[in-house]
Amino acid sequence: MPNQKMTIIASKGTLDMAYPPLILATTAAAMNFDVTIFFTFYGLEIIKRDRADKLKISPLGNPAMPMPVPIPVLVATLPSMQAIATSMMRSMFKKHGVATVGQLLELAKEAGVRLIACQMTMDVMGVKPTDFVDGVEIGGAATWMDAAAEAQVNLFV
Amino acid sequence: MPEDLKVEKVLDTKGLSCPLPILKTNKAIQALSKDQILKVETTDPGSQKDMPSWAKRTGNEIVKVEESGGIFAFYIRKTS
Repeated sequence: MPNQKMTIIASKGTLDMAYPPLILATTAAAMNFDVTIFFTFYGLEIIKRDRADKLKISPLGNPAMPMPVPIPVLVATLPSMQAIATSMMRSMFKKHGVATVGQLLELAKEAGVRLIACQMTMDVMGVKPTDFVDGVEIGGAATWMDAAAEAQVNLFV
Repeated sequence: MPEDLKVEKVLDTKGLSCPLPILKTNKAIQALSKDQILKVETTDPGSQKDMPSWAKRTGNEIVKVEESGGIFAFYIRKTS
């Protein structure tokens, strides 16, 4: 029986939003799916060399963000708040034995997950092919459509 | 159900969260031969649902599940 297929569009570049595409991609690969992730807009950050484990999280505009004490919105705009929120999230993930984004990216590559970077957003944001980890292909919307048309599961994150 | 399951390999994923227990289980079972049994220990409560889903998709068979003190043990027979 041929493998089933899944594609994911990864469009966000914050620490929290880098997790879902990579968790689902690695899990699907472990369940005999052929997986393609199409990285576009801020999602390109995830596949930049040495960047996966430096992604940040912002408490701004996120009232659901767990904080030890309630933080007024104006305080959340202070420059240090992003760093505080990021390190807090990181330590929560670590405490619960969650893999880092970098580890999941490695596991995805190991499992043969196809990584495609969006040409148009690379051009617009001045991202070069050499900015990426090894093994990233470059493609456009039609490349994703072609993969998606063959897939049983297609997600936009 | 046979009580004397011959376990070929024990995989300890205690303390790890989704998706690592599944990823490590999948990797470990690939190293076994057909009909050999992998025992996976995990503290991830989500594994009660996730392990059977993974097994169903990969065609492997969970022959026994134990739970003791928050630790789940899955005995998985490699079917191909």
